Amino acid sequence: MAMNYNAKDEVDGGPPCAPGGTAKTRRPDNTAFKQQRLPAWQPILTAGTVLPIFFIIGLIFIPIGIGIFVTSNNIREIEGNVFMYYGLSNFYQNHRRYVKSRDDSQLNGDSSALLNPSKECEPYRRNEDKPIAPCGAIANSMFNDTLELFLIGNDSYPVPITLKKKGIAWWTDKNVKFRNPPGGDNLEERFKGTTKPVNWLKPVYMLDSDPDNNGFINEDFIVWMRTAALPTFRKLYRLIERKSDLHPTLPAGRYSLNITYNYPVHYFDGRKRMILSTISWMGGKNPFLGIAYIAVGSISFLLGVVLLVINHKYRNSSNTADITI
Amino acid sequence: MFRRSLNRFCAGEEKRVGTRTVFVGNHPVSETEAYVAQRFCDNRIVSSKYTLWNFLPKNLFEQFRRIANFYFLIIFLVQVTVDTPTSPVTSGLPLFFVITVTAIKQGYEDWLRHRADNEVNKSTVYIIENAKRVRKESEKIKVGDVVEVQADETFPCDLILLSSCTTDGTCYVTTASLDGESNCKTHYAVRDTIALCTAESIDTLRAAIECEQPQPDLYKFVGRINIYSNSLEAVARSLGPENLLLKGATLKNTEKIYGVAVYTGMETKMALNYQGKSQKRSAVEKSINAFLIVYLFILLTKAAVCTTLKYVWQSTPYNDEPWYNQKTQKERETLKVLKMFTDFLSFMVLFNFIIPVSMYVTVEMQKFLGSFFISWDKDFYDEEINEGALVNTSDLNEELGQVDYVFTDKTGTLTENSMEFIECCIDGHKYKGVTQEVDGLSQTDGPLTCFDKADKNREELFLRALCLCHTVEIKTNDAVDGATESAELTYISSSPDEIALVKGAKKYGFTFLGNRNGHMRVENQRKEVEEYELLHTLNFDAVRRRMSVIVKTQEGDILLFCKGADSAVFPRVQNHEIELTKVHVERNAMDGYRTLCVAFKEIAPDDYERINRQLIEAKMALQDREEKMEKVFDDIETNMNLIGATAVEDKAWTEHQEYGLIIDGSTLSLILNSSQDSSSNNYKNIFLQICMKCTAVLCCRMAPLQKAQIVRMVKNLKGSPITLSIGDGANDVSMILESHVGIGIKGKEGRQAARNSDYSVPKFKHLKKLLLAHGHLYYVRIAHLVQYFFYKNLCFILPQFLYQFFCGFSQQPLYDAAYLTMYNICFTSLPILAYSLLEQHINIDTLTSDPRLYMKISGNAMLQLGPFLYWTFLAAFEGTVFFFGTYFLFQTASLEENGKVYGNWTFGTIVFTVLVFTVTLKLALDTRFWTWINHFVIWGSLAFYVFFSFFWGGIIWPFLKQQRMYFVFAQMLSSVSTWLAIILLIFISLFPEILLIVLKNVRRRSARRNLSCRRASDSLSARPSVRPLLLRTFSDESNVL
Repeated sequence: MAMNYNAKDEVDGGPPCAPGGTAKTRRPDNTAFKQQRLPAWQPILTAGTVLPIFFIIGLIFIPIGIGIFVTSNNIREIEGNVFMYYGLSNFYQNHRRYVKSRDDSQLNGDSSALLNPSKECEPYRRNEDKPIAPCGAIANSMFNDTLELFLIGNDSYPVPITLKKKGIAWWTDKNVKFRNPPGGDNLEERFKGTTKPVNWLKPVYMLDSDPDNNGFINEDFIVWMRTAALPTFRKLYRLIERKSDLHPTLPAGRYSLNITYNYPVHYFDGRKRMILSTISWMGGKNPFLGIAYIAVGSISFLLGVVLLVINHKYRNSSNTADITI
Repeated sequence: MFRRSLNRFCAGEEKRVGTRTVFVGNHPVSETEAYVAQRFCDNRIVSSKYTLWNFLPKNLFEQFRRIANFYFLIIFLVQVTVDTPTSPVTSGLPLFFVITVTAIKQGYEDWLRHRADNEVNKSTVYIIENAKRVRKESEKIKVGDVVEVQADETFPCDLILLSSCTTDGTCYVTTASLDGESNCKTHYAVRDTIALCTAESIDTLRAAIECEQPQPDLYKFVGRINIYSNSLEAVARSLGPENLLLKGATLKNTEKIYGVAVYTGMETKMALNYQGKSQKRSAVEKSINAFLIVYLFILLTKAAVCTTLKYVWQSTPYNDEPWYNQKTQKERETLKVLKMFTDFLSFMVLFNFIIPVSMYVTVEMQKFLGSFFISWDKDFYDEEINEGALVNTSDLNEELGQVDYVFTDKTGTLTENSMEFIECCIDGHKYKGVTQEVDGLSQTDGPLTCFDKADKNREELFLRALCLCHTVEIKTNDAVDGATESAELTYISSSPDEIALVKGAKKYGFTFLGNRNGHMRVENQRKEVEEYELLHTLNFDAVRRRMSVIVKTQEGDILLFCKGADSAVFPRVQNHEIELTKVHVERNAMDGYRTLCVAFKEIAPDDYERINRQLIEAKMALQDREEKMEKVFDDIETNMNLIGATAVEDKAWTEHQEYGLIIDGSTLSLILNSSQDSSSNNYKNIFLQICMKCTAVLCCRMAPLQKAQIVRMVKNLKGSPITLSIGDGANDVSMILESHVGIGIKGKEGRQAARNSDYSVPKFKHLKKLLLAHGHLYYVRIAHLVQYFFYKNLCFILPQFLYQFFCGFSQQPLYDAAYLTMYNICFTSLPILAYSLLEQHINIDTLTSDPRLYMKISGNAMLQLGPFLYWTFLAAFEGTVFFFGTYFLFQTASLEENGKVYGNWTFGTIVFTVLVFTVTLKLALDTRFWTWINHFVIWGSLAFYVFFSFFWGGIIWPFLKQQRMYFVFAQMLSSVSTWLAIILLIFISLFPEILLIVLKNVRRRSARRNLSCRRASDSLSARPSVRPLLLRTFSDESNVL
């Protein structure tokens, strides 16, 4: 009974969080935090402090925008390295069923996943009772047209342009994320027990003659495996390196493009494109950023002026100090 | 005979209608009559909600009745059963956590209630059984048991007093814990049972009590006792409230009493007055639920739109199943209707983050942690009781900022409950005492300052009236509640004013010496003792607002003295007498004193015979006793002569004058009418209309339940205003429970109020800071929290919705699963929590000193449609900017200087990065009080996001099926274009907000200019006339007004 009473007293009387506890007093601690009096910066957003922001933004954004715009427009000049892209449209690489249809363990060289691919790869998981390597819809639908570029010079025969196959994939993808299965030198041996994707002409270990660009670490394959964000997309295909500073990478002249057509797109109402582009410090040609910067900077500047006028009017007519919460 | 008992048995069965019959000691009243055990409820008090076995189902049921919890359960079940884009863990784990924590908290609280119940139910009581004193637990008491109660014990149930140790069969009772009146009241036993004051003798009593079924009114009781002596016919005596001892009251100054239990357990008047502690919901919570429905609607619309468009889009075969993206066999075979349904559910799951579990967790945390600031506030600390404020529920913090009406108990809460006689007027002549004490040999007018003297006889008559017309009793021993005066003469009374009046009369030389054998003894100015035989007391009641006594002088004259409110007395006296006194009464009332008028009348012996007969007749009535008595009283109290008036001051606590309390006495009768017959809506409406026009309304002499009824009435007004009740006594508990917010004063009248309140503070004056500062801040904080939560989740999910238009409505998530889960939990939760705990958009001192600021947020201003739409459109705008900004950015071949290409996960990550930075910076713009904690969590959250993203993308995670995010974030940051785009998009998103700040600033400046002009023009009026709060006041202690 007595115990009950004491306990009850505690429940009823005591504050939920008895502070201190050293003395009997229940006086709350006089700390800045508990009394809600922490030192604080109380920003005063007056027209006087906010208006300069508009001008600063305007003054910074407009030059940046102009810079970007100019850079972006200069890109068409074919100087420096030239990048060759293929583009597909109406191709839904970002469809959920498509995006998840891959097995990253298999692509990372995991031998158990090689022979027993993830269920996510269905219906491109097994073929004729053999596991497919690489499995899944993404791999199965890899772009397999071959593009060749020829310069038709003054001489009558076309000169092939050297197209570099390597250096088109992310470094981390090529060196970490994608790995061939473990085993000896013979790549075919390492893929033993698997079969090629249904739509492929060649098995994965015959993608390229260069052993550093074959199998899962084939860069065309890696580039394809990075699913595009939007249904109309471009993917990097080849690099055309500049040979010397004296000559342009692609001198003016007539060129011919030779396409080995394997990849069907008209079934899904798609289009194929080939794009040659140089790249600046800000990437490929894109007017959006430059225009947006110029627009935002100008609007900001204009609003700053308008608000300054309004503000000035009020300031003149009232002598009260700038006090705001 | 058998029939009769059968009838009685049936009557006992019928609850609440008719009467019940109680056999004293459970003895049959005569041997010939068969005794049938009656069934009444036992004496157990149950305030707990759950038992051990029904806790789990009942608690779960109640929790899932919350719309949000139910919704999350549904989402979880969908994720478990259907192939969805996100894992069930993402919603299941938080839900489980929330449910468990809530269940544990509620379980603990109920366990505390169980313990408190047990303490009451298992306490020891003594029952007389077969002439022996038997020790029992309180819960075992049955109706009809004879219970022995000793001094300072609490009555275990409602008892009819049979006998006490005193010879006259009286006992003194204090009902402090019941209705807050700490003074002693006298209760009487029926004449025929007074002698039975031992266990043996009481056992011989054969009696049956007929009384009404239990009802909550503490001051009403109608019953009849039939006492069967050995051979004779039964003797019937009437029983009234003066015979009934209530559960919860305490026996004082009486050694022991015997009583018979008539109402037990949950049928006692105390239990009927305490309503169950219902779950209070704040207005903000209701808003949250409304917003939730809106967002649920948005969610369903989004899912429906996407599902429809998906099937429209898929109607082209190459879209449905292009050669590069074939379906599995199983997918092809699934029924189309079923597929559509699961698609719909999948979309719902994909977009379900729009209503996050984390909001409920954050709101709960904000409330729980925020409430500590109340108990920590040193301004609420009171030296006297060595305690600060106490928070009993944290659910209502923000409601403190929304109060429209304040209901306050007066005695002990507003005032100190100590009355002082100030002045009087006799026949229009004013008397005011300047010295406090009478010196021993006072002369006629000794210590008085007479501005003008009335006739000597009238003066003495007036003072005699003060000495005789009251219910004050004398206690000669010391240490009694309500004690006053010296040790030898201690006046006790249920009303402190009466004591003040008797003391006032003493100052003028007339001393009341007490009752002896039905004679009142008064010492006059000449030190002679006069004796008056007390013939009748016409008790005070709230409707009559007056009381009278009929006494017989030593000379044999029969006199009636009456005192009461001016409005009650003036119509009953000679008209010509009124004018002189009225002036004084009105002036005193204006000064805030409690005024009373005193009148007298001589009754001729013949008349008295008639009056006496009528009174006795009325007192015996079992039906409509009160109406009959009232009528008789009315007849008697006519044609009186007005002698004078008194003024008594009820000292107010310091520091609350500034609330501008005005007591409007004229609404009193209306309020009582309306609360007594609540069926008449007309009265109610008139009353409410009057109330709304008054700044303050005073209600007198109210039973606890009536207070609650008034509160309920105001609560149900149009626009459902927020009510707050504040009180200190147990009598305030029902109103504290009824109102939206209940505040208890940790006063001297026990702790019931504090215990049942939502918040308790030591003094009434603390209410000011509690409402104006704490309430205001809590409201602003939580309103902002709620709006911000919905805002940030709408801009979170909108890009994901827009993305569906570009991925073939395939439910492809835009963001990685880790981002989806962590967004609300880690990246954006702490800044808003810190904001909602620390923000002070206006200084506490400013808030406390300017009540006009409080009005700005009234009516749930920050959660109305306007602000809600603003936030929603802001979120929609930002979500669109995020998505399409990134979309246009991705129209190029490459964003990197080495020409490499980004994929869909980079797209999502850019959107997500802009999102996290924008919503956090938006909060930074809103923050007006940057403590180091705010800096830490805001910049810390952003840093954590960057750090986490690097970390998440830096490792090939062995437990993940897909390494989607591998180096995506780092690669993204290696592009200058991305940086520029992110900065641009953040700025565009925040642009409207910044613009709004400037515009507001300009507007405020112009408003201030206008204000300063106005101020200059009428600088004479120093204080703004806006009243901070409307005060509705209850007073219960006074039996005179």
